[in-house]
Amino acid sequence: MTINPDLQGRSYPAAEVYDVGREKIREFARAVKATHPAHFDVDAAKALGHADLVAPPTFAIIIAQRADAQLIEDPDAGIDFSRVVHADQRFTHHRPIVAGDRLVAELHVDGVRAMGGGAMITTRSEIFALGSGDAREPVTTTTSSILVRGEGQ
Amino acid sequence: MSPSFNELSAGQEIGSRTIEVTRTDLVKYAGASGDFNPIHWNEAFATGVELPGVIAHGMFTMGSAVQLVTDWAGDPAAVVDFQTRFTKPVLVTDTTGTDEPGATIDVTGTIGKLDADAGTARVDLTVVAAGQKVLMKAQAVVKLA
Repeated sequence: MTINPDLQGRSYPAAEVYDVGREKIREFARAVKATHPAHFDVDAAKALGHADLVAPPTFAIIIAQRADAQLIEDPDAGIDFSRVVHADQRFTHHRPIVAGDRLVAELHVDGVRAMGGGAMITTRSEIFALGSGDAREPVTTTTSSILVRGEGQ
Repeated sequence: MSPSFNELSAGQEIGSRTIEVTRTDLVKYAGASGDFNPIHWNEAFATGVELPGVIAHGMFTMGSAVQLVTDWAGDPAAVVDFQTRFTKPVLVTDTTGTDEPGATIDVTGTIGKLDADAGTARVDLTVVAAGQKVLMKAQAVVKLA
C-alpha cells in the first residue's frame, strides 16, 4: 500500500461539533494525572477569571484526532493505521478551552514526504468555537506529524 | 501564586516530578482521549507489530509531563504553546494486581528562554523513562502575569 502523494494541500471541512463538557474535562485531567483545581472546581476556575472549568493543555488532541481520522480512514489516502507512529505534536492556544465550548475542527494536510518505504504526513487542525449565528472564534491550532511505516520499517 | 517574569532567568530549574504509570492508567487514557489503538493495551497485538510490548500513548506522556508546568504557572490557561517530538516509546509492563508501577517517567523543567516583549517564558522539559529521553524538544511557552 502506498501513500497518495496528492494528499498534500488537501483540506477536510469542519464536520461534527464537539461539545466540551465538565465531566469530560475532569475525566481527561485525571487521565493525564492533572491535579490543578481549575480542571475540577468551577469556583476555582472562575477565581482565575475563566468562564468555566479549564481544559488541560493537551485536551484538544481529542478534537484533533477526530479530525485526523477523516484522513486516516479516507480509502483514497492509502494509510494503514496499524503502521502509524506519532512523530510530533504541537498545540498553539489562541485562548483556553473551557467547559461549554462548542468546537469544530478544519483539517489541513500540510506535508507528505516519502521516508524509506513509508511516508511522513503533517496535518494541522484549526479548531474554532462556534458563537451565535455564523460567528467562529479561533481557539487552538494543532499540528501533528505521523510516520506511516513501510514494509520492514 | 504564579511566578513573576522579573524573578526568572534562563537555565533556572522550575522543579521535577515522577509519574508512575500502570496498564490501568493506559486504559483510562484510552477512554478519556478516544485513542483505542491496541498497542497501548494488548500485549499480543503490540508484539505482533514488532514492538517490545505495550507502550504508553505518546500523548499520555506529553499530557502528564506538562502538569509540572501547569502547577508551576498557577493557571492551566497560561500554557499558550506546547510541543514535542516523540523519540522513544515508554514500555509499560503488566503489574496488574500488585502495587508496582509498570513504568516510571521522570520530568524536569528548566527555563529555556525568556521573551520580555511577549511576557512569556519557554520551559524546556526533560522527560526520561528507563534511562532514555522519550521526548525531545518538549517545550511549553507560558504567559506570565
